[in-house]
Amino acid sequence: MQHRNRSARIAVLGSPAPRSRPAGLSSRNATAVKRRVVAGVLVLLSLVLITVYFREPAGGGLHSVQSTGATILRPFEVGANRVAAPFRDVYGWFSGLIHAKSENARLRRQVDILTQRVIQNTNAAEENASLRSQLHFVGLPRFPQDFDPVATEVITRAPSEFQQQIGIAAGKSRGIRVDDPVVTADGLVGKISAVADDQAQVTLLTDPSSSVSALDLETKATGIVGHGQAPGTLTLLRVQKAQTLNPRDTIVTQHWKFGDLTSVYPAGIPIGYISGASNTEVDLYWQAQVSPRVHFDSLDKVIVLVPKKRLGR
Amino acid sequence: MSPIEPLKAAVLIFVAAILQVTIFSQINILGGYPDVLLLTLVAIALLRGSVYGAAAGFFAGLLVDTANLGTLGVTSLLLTIAGYWIGRYGETTGRDRVHAPFVSIAVATVLVQFGALVLHYLLGDVVSARRVLLEALPPKVALNLLLTLPVYALTRRLLSLATAPEGATEVRLLG
Repeated sequence: MQHRNRSARIAVLGSPAPRSRPAGLSSRNATAVKRRVVAGVLVLLSLVLITVYFREPAGGGLHSVQSTGATILRPFEVGANRVAAPFRDVYGWFSGLIHAKSENARLRRQVDILTQRVIQNTNAAEENASLRSQLHFVGLPRFPQDFDPVATEVITRAPSEFQQQIGIAAGKSRGIRVDDPVVTADGLVGKISAVADDQAQVTLLTDPSSSVSALDLETKATGIVGHGQAPGTLTLLRVQKAQTLNPRDTIVTQHWKFGDLTSVYPAGIPIGYISGASNTEVDLYWQAQVSPRVHFDSLDKVIVLVPKKRLGR
Repeated sequence: MSPIEPLKAAVLIFVAAILQVTIFSQINILGGYPDVLLLTLVAIALLRGSVYGAAAGFFAGLLVDTANLGTLGVTSLLLTIAGYWIGRYGETTGRDRVHAPFVSIAVATVLVQFGALVLHYLLGDVVSARRVLLEALPPKVALNLLLTLPVYALTRRLLSLATAPEGATEVRLLG
């Protein structure tokens, strides 16, 4: 039996007739081709999307499609945020409880100091308003009286370490435009970097691309606030050594206008306080760290400052 | 394969993308946060293969870039390649191995992070390699590995693959 089989195999192998390919092999090849074609097309499509999106203006076709897509996704994002809100609140409550005692003592001391300052500032503000009206003083836009606040909810957060950005549930339809300042009750958050009809993207102050002209409220030293080395921290740069910086000094935005150019942020929005500053003989400028007043990790509601008059923009 | 399975995979990706951009990207632990979208994508790619993986990655990327008003195509490119690669691993060697989801997640997280760094650099974004690779990547890999098992199990169950993979059930002797 074995011998007969072997002979038959030899006869087949020796035959000059071409052998047909196994059916499974061609099917496997077809699947491999299909697989590669699908992956190749999708990669190519992604590259085309990046190229077109990158090159077209903000009102281009892909941007409009994205804006419509964002509007469609918005209810889902708002819904997910609402569902998660109670859990976030519980976490925040327990987290706050841990630091409550030490924070209470510190805040009591702060209240005493601030109460005295409020009295002094109220008198100064009244005097300032009276003098401005007497002089018919023409100044730059002031915060908050020259802006319409648009309070809105944070609905998304960029899912990568590359961009410090959040998405908010208000857009063009509420008068918001690119570069509008964004704040909370604590202080400056960032500015609008992209805007759709009912949604906008806010680039946070902690993003590597952000920088803000800043002023030390106590010493009047000026510099530029940018992102810090550690996540969620800020640094104050370009403060000349001749100027003075002290720990705990309050840092606020500084407004300027040069010809048609004007700073994005109005003056006087709190940014944070100096947590450390040093300079050496070889440094031209101060090296200062700023602790932000805003907790960038737990933003849930923000206010967009829409200028009442858009000067030169 | 049931005709409803692509729809199931699409719904899974959609839910994961919405949860990622709204909830999980805010859970910052030691400088990193879990990437549930990548976990879901890897699970789908491992279970359903490279074509599914690539398509799901592309769809996931489009959703994320649309929701965040980011540059369209950037996340799609990264996740398409990740989905395809993990799918191939599943098709060739990994699908039936217990460690496959964990290996895939660890490798995909690292490679996607590297890829994103290069892509953002090429697009002219200001990126800090130290922040992305040294500070954020290790906790992100750890968090992703922690969540691998539940997300993989859930995805497997939802894609109707809760039972053991099909193997040879009968052997017939010839001759």
